[in-house]
Amino acid sequence: MTDQISNIAEKREMTINMGPQHPSTHGVLRLELDLDGEVIKNTRPNIGYLHRCFEKYAEEMDDYSKVIPYTDRMDYVSAMNQEHGYVIAVERMLEIEVPERVEYIRVIMAEMQRIASHLLGIGAFGLDLGAFTPFLYCFIEREKILDIFEKTSGARLLYNYYAIGGMIKDVHPDFKKDTNEFVKTFRPKIKELNDLLSGNKIFIKRTANIGVLPEKVALNYGASGPVLRGSGVEWDLRKNDPYSIYDRFDFEIPIGKGEMGTLGDCWDRYIVRVREMEQSLRIIEQALEGMPDEGDVTEGIPKRIRPKEGELYARSETPRGELGYYIISDKSASPFRVKARAPSFVHLGLLPAISKGALIADMVAIVGSIDIVLGEVDR
Amino acid sequence: MINFAANTTYTLPILVHAAVPLTIIVVYALVAIWGERKVAGFIQDRLGPMHVGRWHGWAQSIADLLKLLQKEDIVPKDASRFLFKFAPFMMFAASYAAFAVIPFSSGYIGSNINIGVFYLLAVTSLLTLSIIMAAWASNNKWSLLGGMRSAAQMVSYEVPTIATVLTVIVVAGSLNLMTITEMQAGNDILGFLPNWLIFQNPFLIVAFIIFFISILAEAHRVPFDLPESESELVAGYQTEYSGIRWAMFMLAEYADMLLLSLLGAVLFFGGWNSPFGDFMSGPFWEFFWFMLKGLLLVFVMMWIRWTLPRYRVDQLMHICWGILIPLSFINLVLVALWEVIF
Amino acid sequence: MLYVFKEGWSTFKSIFTGMGVTIRHFFSPSVTEKYPYEKIELPKGARAKLHVNIDDCIGCNLCARACPVNCIDIETVKATDDVDLGKTSTGNPKRFWLTRFDIDMAKCMYCDLCVHPCPTNCIYMVPEYEYSEVDRSNLVYHFSNLKPEMVAEVKEKAEQEAEQKKRERQEMMRKKAEAAKKKKEEQEKKQAEAKKSSNKNDNDKPSTPGKKDS
Repeated sequence: MTDQISNIAEKREMTINMGPQHPSTHGVLRLELDLDGEVIKNTRPNIGYLHRCFEKYAEEMDDYSKVIPYTDRMDYVSAMNQEHGYVIAVERMLEIEVPERVEYIRVIMAEMQRIASHLLGIGAFGLDLGAFTPFLYCFIEREKILDIFEKTSGARLLYNYYAIGGMIKDVHPDFKKDTNEFVKTFRPKIKELNDLLSGNKIFIKRTANIGVLPEKVALNYGASGPVLRGSGVEWDLRKNDPYSIYDRFDFEIPIGKGEMGTLGDCWDRYIVRVREMEQSLRIIEQALEGMPDEGDVTEGIPKRIRPKEGELYARSETPRGELGYYIISDKSASPFRVKARAPSFVHLGLLPAISKGALIADMVAIVGSIDIVLGEVDR
Repeated sequence: MINFAANTTYTLPILVHAAVPLTIIVVYALVAIWGERKVAGFIQDRLGPMHVGRWHGWAQSIADLLKLLQKEDIVPKDASRFLFKFAPFMMFAASYAAFAVIPFSSGYIGSNINIGVFYLLAVTSLLTLSIIMAAWASNNKWSLLGGMRSAAQMVSYEVPTIATVLTVIVVAGSLNLMTITEMQAGNDILGFLPNWLIFQNPFLIVAFIIFFISILAEAHRVPFDLPESESELVAGYQTEYSGIRWAMFMLAEYADMLLLSLLGAVLFFGGWNSPFGDFMSGPFWEFFWFMLKGLLLVFVMMWIRWTLPRYRVDQLMHICWGILIPLSFINLVLVALWEVIF
Repeated sequence: MLYVFKEGWSTFKSIFTGMGVTIRHFFSPSVTEKYPYEKIELPKGARAKLHVNIDDCIGCNLCARACPVNCIDIETVKATDDVDLGKTSTGNPKRFWLTRFDIDMAKCMYCDLCVHPCPTNCIYMVPEYEYSEVDRSNLVYHFSNLKPEMVAEVKEKAEQEAEQKKRERQEMMRKKAEAAKKKKEEQEKKQAEAKKSSNKNDNDKPSTPGKKDS
């Protein structure tokens, strides 16, 4: 008798494929969900739908600088940051210094990109929860950043603007003015976003206490970036392992405090992103002030890039977390091996751990809150 | 077998009576779909459709309708064919049938029956059935989840709807919508306010809020659009539908939205009564005022839709059973007491 | 109970705040660009399409080598001595006929890497963005301005010249070889004489005629 009942109980479970063509899996992620009603018993993420052999391509290229456009295509939402990580890795291998002006431009670009990426992440998160309008408001702001990028680098999404030892070209003459104006107009928009989304009770109900990621689990899984900070760990490579010139700026690391529910829930991860945008604005302001007006940004680009034999791991803080490039050089013009440690990939591994017992609707919120970009997961 | 030829005297008026709401629904649906896109566009700092028909893309819905009509009628291989094909029409029929008792103006009501409200609520329950039918027949897990959600949601939210309608009936003392409307004529409250029920009794304001929340849920509008929440369930029970059948769903949905808004207008905002007393009254103006009131409520629904995220299914149930139902019953008692005392 | 009311009130408040934001946007002007009717001009440096100023190209192939996706296909023919292709606007002498300069924009990834190595700045990105095609092969842009018959002629001429040069070279080589042979013979003679005279030993290192040519 009990056997029969448990049999029936077992049969109540159904497996459902969320994705790869699902509106809210952020690209081509496929999640196999075992459901009991709407309650998730088990999650199995399936990846690889966007695999483009980044690492193999990098080996095949006959020049270190030819890899840069491919790094763009890893995390296409924050291409500048991806380039930054790769460029500092190769520069460290070559042991070259970059001019002051280049460093400032790099930092401003990276922080603008961080804002743009967070805007997309936040907007898409809202969209996953049914709020369509904040998504488009975020896009309006993101568009302004992309306009500045386009004026400067010529491209809107995949910039290839950083070069090893410098920048590909100098910034637009209006750059400082445009950026200052953006910073000024963007501050009130954050408040508006908070009114519309962050403070909305329905939004809080949907995100607080959902997908709780305790500090210990986050550390064990190797989480980084806003996901780790959302769990209350103050860890930011810009502060803890400063690269470029981040040690010169005064900014804070926003961490989740469990204001609306448990520490490390979706709302904490979300609000960390919102607050990080404010901090990025602060960095941009300081960098704009300190940026030298004169200086050739292309002079430092070496003609021949042949690092000496050896290997190196360089990491940087992208909007999604710790991006590491592990490069092995065999003295030839092309890298022997480029391994990318993509934060989204690591965070995707968290999914089964934090989604157990959630509802399908929560699953959407959880996927949105860890803000993965499939281009980076599959590379 | 009805002999139509012999009963021309009866069938013709019936056909005309039946055709009037149908025309209103279809025209309204076309306008409302266009209007919703425009509202969404303006709220999101966009423009919405701008191309078809030159002036603000007014012909966009007509073009869409024509496109949908031309689409291939796809029935999934393992679907239950009859139910799959029947469900959209049944859904539309349910919301269309309910229009029979809506008094569009003092000169026109489809069927002036004494149990109007009762009939309306009973007929709209068929919507649930057709959604489950569509969901089950699609043989798709997402559809099924959407259908189950909607069944639970609509059945639950019918309770507070009925409870609030009951409060109005306690005040009005009639189930006939025409009578309810007629008793709201005149501008006597505080000397200038129209005699609408919402101004007659303070507890009816609470009743209206509850009513509005529950019709949002019944019409599947954000924040309660769980059955078709596109970011979770792809498209809910509509996932497998395309072409004209999908258009029927949309039509039914918008008709349902209008129906419930018009019901709200009748019950709380004086139906076809002009807000200015005798000024601008007469059958045509009455129709105008009535539709204006209904469309205003529809606009508020749209406005809410493009502002809010959606609730989760258990929270939705909690709101219904934990808050709205007790509140509406307490409110019913209070309204009744108020009526007894004053 | 009180908690429920408080919660409900704050929910309503947050909903109305949100609705206030949206209604403000409802009445504010839109940001839409009505694209086919109004076209925004891309900034000057926008990377939208590759363009080659073929008059300035010297056929050095640097751009093709810089391209990570091999979308640039260049074929050059060395100009014969009787024609002078002139100089580019930057003053570099042109030495090659460009018989083919194709860029496959379907492959291009707009990385700008080909632009920087160019010695004459003749390949660059232009802000032109409406060039989509139904057929992918139409996205291959042919920049070479030589007509097919011209190409054939040039090739033939170049071949002829190459042939001629080869012949000349062979002739030269032959002459050289002959000269070397003569020299050698003379040397041998001398050596023999010397041998005769001084009874010397070896001549096992014959200086073979050098096969040295480009």
